[in-house]
Formats: sequence, C-alpha cells, structure tokens
Amino acid sequence: MSALDATGEQLSVREAIRTALREELARDDTVFLMGQDEEDGGSFEVTAGLYEEFGRDRVRDTPISETAQIGSGVGAAATGLRPVVNVSYSDFIAICFEPLMNQAAKMQYMFAGATEMPLTVRAIEGAGFNAAAQHSSTVHTLVSHLPGIKAVAPATPRGSKGLMKTAVRSNDPVVFFEHKNIYERTGPVPEDEDFTVPIGEAAVLREGADVTVVATQQLVGEALSVAEDRTDADVEVIDPQSLSPLDTDTIAESVRKTGRLVVADESPLSYGLHAEVATRVVENEFYSLDVPIQRVGVPDTPIPFSPPLEDEVLPTAEEIDLAVDRLV
Amino acid sequence: MATLDMTDPSDQRQALRRMLLIREFERAVRDNFADGEIPGFVHLYIGQEAVAVGACSALADDDYVTSTHRGHGHCLAKGMDERTLMAELYGRSDGYCSGKGGSMHAADLDEGMLGAQPIVGAGVPLATGAGLTAQLRDRDWVGLSFFGDGAFAEGQVHESINLAATWDLPAIYVVENNLYSEGMTYEKQHNVEDLADSAAAYGIPGVVVDGMDVEAVYDAVAEARERAARGDGPTLIEAKTYRYRGHYEGDPQPYRTQEEIDEWRENRDAIDTFATRLREAGVLDEGEREELQSAVEADVEAAVEYARDAPFPDPEEAYDDVFVEPNPDVEYFRERLGRTGGADR
Ligand SMILES: Cc1ncc(C[n+]2csc(CCOP(=O)(O)OP(=O)(O)O)c2C)c(N)n1
Repeated sequence: MSALDATGEQLSVREAIRTALREELARDDTVFLMGQDEEDGGSFEVTAGLYEEFGRDRVRDTPISETAQIGSGVGAAATGLRPVVNVSYSDFIAICFEPLMNQAAKMQYMFAGATEMPLTVRAIEGAGFNAAAQHSSTVHTLVSHLPGIKAVAPATPRGSKGLMKTAVRSNDPVVFFEHKNIYERTGPVPEDEDFTVPIGEAAVLREGADVTVVATQQLVGEALSVAEDRTDADVEVIDPQSLSPLDTDTIAESVRKTGRLVVADESPLSYGLHAEVATRVVENEFYSLDVPIQRVGVPDTPIPFSPPLEDEVLPTAEEIDLAVDRLV
Repeated sequence: MATLDMTDPSDQRQALRRMLLIREFERAVRDNFADGEIPGFVHLYIGQEAVAVGACSALADDDYVTSTHRGHGHCLAKGMDERTLMAELYGRSDGYCSGKGGSMHAADLDEGMLGAQPIVGAGVPLATGAGLTAQLRDRDWVGLSFFGDGAFAEGQVHESINLAATWDLPAIYVVENNLYSEGMTYEKQHNVEDLADSAAAYGIPGVVVDGMDVEAVYDAVAEARERAARGDGPTLIEAKTYRYRGHYEGDPQPYRTQEEIDEWRENRDAIDTFATRLREAGVLDEGEREELQSAVEADVEAAVEYARDAPFPDPEEAYDDVFVEPNPDVEYFRERLGRTGGADR
C-alpha cells in the first residue's frame, strides 16, 4: 500500500500517538493506560493531558515495577480489559521479559484459544541522546523473535496513529516501539476516527525504479534524504511499520522492480530485522536480485556514552548512501 | 577512601570535607551541564550528602558499593577521584570508563565502586553478589547497595535481600528515601510508612535513620558492617533524606512546592547541621568551614579544567571491550559498512 497520497492534519509523531490513545480511550471504556508518571504525561510527554481528560481509573500511575506492570497487564487483558502499558525506555523490557515472553506470548496458545490477549505495550527505543548503554538500545528485533507477540515500529505520524489504534483494538499482544528521536517529526494524519493501519502492512514512502531501501524509524528520514540527493539512482523507500508480522509482499514487489536492496535499521546487525528482510527476499525473489543485499545498522556493540563514540556506532545517512553506492 | 573514626576530631572534619566536596562537585556539574558542556542526562545528589558520606566512611577500602542514576555522591564518598570522575561526565578518554559510561555508569572497581546504575533497582543484586564472593572466597569485604525509595518497588530488590538474608551474606542495603521517584510521591508508590519494616519479612534488622545526619547514618552502617563481618547476615537501613534538585537537571518539578524544598534546605540541611554541631563541640574553629569550602572549590575547579582539557576518545574505541577477546562480528560488519579499508564489495 502506498502512503504517498496521505492527507489530513499535520501532527507530530508524539501527537499522533496521543490522538490515537485519546480516541481509543473515548471509544472503549475497557481501554486503560498504566505506567510510571503516566498521570503527569508519561515518558517524553506522549500521554500529556489524558489523565486530566479521563481520570485515574483510565490513566494510572504505577510504582517502578515493570514486571508487575506487564504481568498485571497480562492478567487484566485475559480477564476483560484492554491495557496499554508503558515501560518507558525499551531497555527496561529486560526486567519484564518473563511476563512478556512466557505469559503474554503463550497464553492464548497454551490454553488453546480459551482466552485472548488484548495487551499493548509501549516502549521507547533508539539512540542519539548520549544516554549511554542502558538507555539507548533498539530491542525490537529481540521482541519480534517471540512467536505470539506482534511488534510494530512506525516511522511516520500517519503510521503511528493508525498502528496505535490497531494495536489497542487488537486481541493479540502488540509491542509498540517509539523512537525517541522522531517524536517531533510531523506529517499528515487522517482525522477520521476510524482510520487505522493494519498490522503487517508496509508503507511505500517514495517510489523509485533502481534501488529499494527498507528503512525503519529514524532511518526512514535518512533514507528519504539520501533518495532526494541521489541523481544517479532512483531510490524507493519502504517503511515496514510492522516488524512482526512483516509485509514481505510489498518488499518483494519492490525488489522485483529494482533488483537492489538495502536494509537500514538501528538494531545490532546480527540475527535481527535486517536478517529477516534479507532472508525473505532471498527465499522469494532471489532471481530478481542483481547484486548482493546490503545491511546498515549497529555493528553488534552496546551504545556508548561519549559523543564521538555514539556517533561512531550509529547508522547514518552517509552509510545508507554508501550502501547504495555499492549497488549501483 | 579510608574508614573514618567519627569520634576523632580530624576524621569528623574529614567527613565534613567529603560532604562539601560532593556538593561543590554537583554545583559545578549543574552549571556546566546547563552550559551544554556535559552530554547526556545528569541527576544530582545535592541534599543527600550525609547518606553517602555517613555510609562510606563506615566502610573499609575493600568493601564494594553499588550506586544509582544519582551516583556522583556515592562515587566521591567511596574514594573516587573528582578529576577522573568529571572527565567521565565530560565523555573524555581520561574518565573512569574511557567515556563509554558517563554520569549514569561511572565505576571504579579499584575503589570498590561497582557502578552507578541507571536501571532502577539493578544494583541491589550486584551487592548481594559481592557479599557472596566474600563468603565463598573468605574475604573480609561487605557489599553495600545504595538505592532509592522508588527502587524499593522493583522485584529484584526483594529477591536479592531475601537471598542475602537466607544465606547470611555480608551485605548492607541502604535505601535512600528522598520522598520522590521522578515525579511520583512516596505515598503513591508504597503503602507503609517505613520501608525498613520490610526487614521483618526477611528476618533481618530493619533500621530507620535520619538521612540528614551524617553521624546517625555512620553509626547505623558501622553496626550493620560489624554484623555482616561476624557472619550474621545483612541489614536493611532506611535513610530518610531529601533531594534539593529536580529528578534530572531541567526537571520543572510540578509535583512539589518551593516551600517544601526551602524547609529542608534551611532547617535540616545536612552540611549546616553537622558544621554547627562540630563548631559547638569545639571541633571546628571559626572560619574553618570557609577554609574547607575554599579548598574543595579549588579541587573542583581543577577537576573541571582537567575534564575540559582531556581528549575525547578515538571513535574506534567504541568497539573495544565488547568482549575480552576482540568481537569478530564487529570487524565483519565494520568492513561491510565501509568503515575500514578494503570494504569495496
Ligand atoms: C528499571 C527502570 N525503570 C524506570 C526507570 C526510570 N527512572 C529513572 S530514575 C527513576 C526514579 C527512581 O526513584 P528512586 O529509586 O526513588 O531514586 P531517586 O531518583 O529518588 O534518587 C525512574 C523511574 C529506570 N531508569 N529503570
């Protein structure tokens, strides 16, 4: 599906997520938010104003207890509510991996469908703030690896609103990843309260004939600027939006046209989204590829604190550009 | 930093100096962070100096301490050098972690500082582990963990205290109850008046001390240390204290009033109280506090100069120490990304 013709009011990613949550809180009284400092607007002010609007039953502060936040979210979801749990920095998911991996992901399956799991977890990831190793991780590939969990990581305001609404309405557990460096990014968002983006649908953000760049989150912006600057190659930019499940059809269709693929994602390069996208293309479109696939990401290191060190390990527009160089 | 004898006048002056050093260090961090010289986030310890100094002054050099996101005070009280610490905050290669850690991860194992720790509650099991090493390897050290009232809501804190209690490990748990966790009040996070009451659940002593009184903290930790060293197991100490600055620098603090902050600052300030007590006891001469103050100001100024002049790390150092052995995937990916020679494929 193409998002090129998107129209609507201009919202930031932050406002788009907030609008989605506000609309879903208003639409369905089983929806509620919980997290640390959530009554004060939550991490990065994403939920600002919602406590004033909906009150304590619907927008709740928790102690600093990530395991209880997700675990009780699982229990509430299995018994009739639609929790949206904010764990703030995605690094903290490490603390609550048990209720995520063993409960949220497996309960429907183990109980042979006797329960549903309408749980949404919000997690903020990404680097670029000199926040050092324990506040800068991109963990979406870890979570995407869990059968039974859906993982989304939109890059645009449109995708953010549409996917958040779908996540809240979904009867499956969804982890919604927000990149802390793109909250201010603005773009058009349909105002229709029933506008949603299905989980498992990529967005073609720029059409091009020569090279496909599949980029996520912050790197979507970098990929688009590389595409604009290149005169020798017509670059198509795809935001997968959903990481698991992944829209392999849209990517394959693009590679059939271009024969060239770059995958740019901020997670460590081994065993992640890069590998999954590349493998799907190799499995299904091997004979469409003219040249080997290129990956851009973090060279399997934690994210260091000092500015020159953080700059060194983070993927950049220049690296996407270089990857394109190697293909054309 | 050597153990102090808090009945000895010169050691008492030394304790006051350590508190002044922490406050002055934090003031410099506040100003230079505001000026954009220090990257990342900083969380200041101003107001809580009596806890770090009281506790660490009762410890031996070999004892291990784990800290929090609000860790500069613990680092300095444990004996870390203010210049090297400042260089780390500035992201320089001469810092304690060669610029990899910054404020939230400063560590110095030689001084027994097992790390500032921004994952709330995560330092507590590490102190338990230091106690476990002492027990199994027959070492004299104890493991002490500093953590906040907010951290007390994390599961791993309780698992770790229970483990140490069950195994009689030489460990000390110091919860600094400063009434706030980010913007959440104490009452919103806990249903008990004193966190130290939880000690009953583990069958260990639970002690409440005035965290604005350096001698009270010292006494409680000294006693806990004796108990730990005897093989009688851990103690939970709750120090009631207060942070003067926001949760992080730049925090607008809508959750509390200036009057409340002023009340603590003016009537309960740990440094003023201690200095007055020492003057009244004749330990501190007229003008001596000012002399100590000038001395720490000079030290901190030198630390800032040192940090400013120190070089940034070479970007390639980002890949050092992922493992003890070089990480082969790092080299593979760097070459593929075109960051090293011969990348043209
Ligand atoms: C596991 C985890 N959850 C949440 C956070 C975000 N966070 C950082 S400091 C903090 C408050 C900690 O409060 P407290 O333990 O009382 O320490 P204080 O800030 O009062 O010194 C929170 C919620 C974190 N760093 N780690």
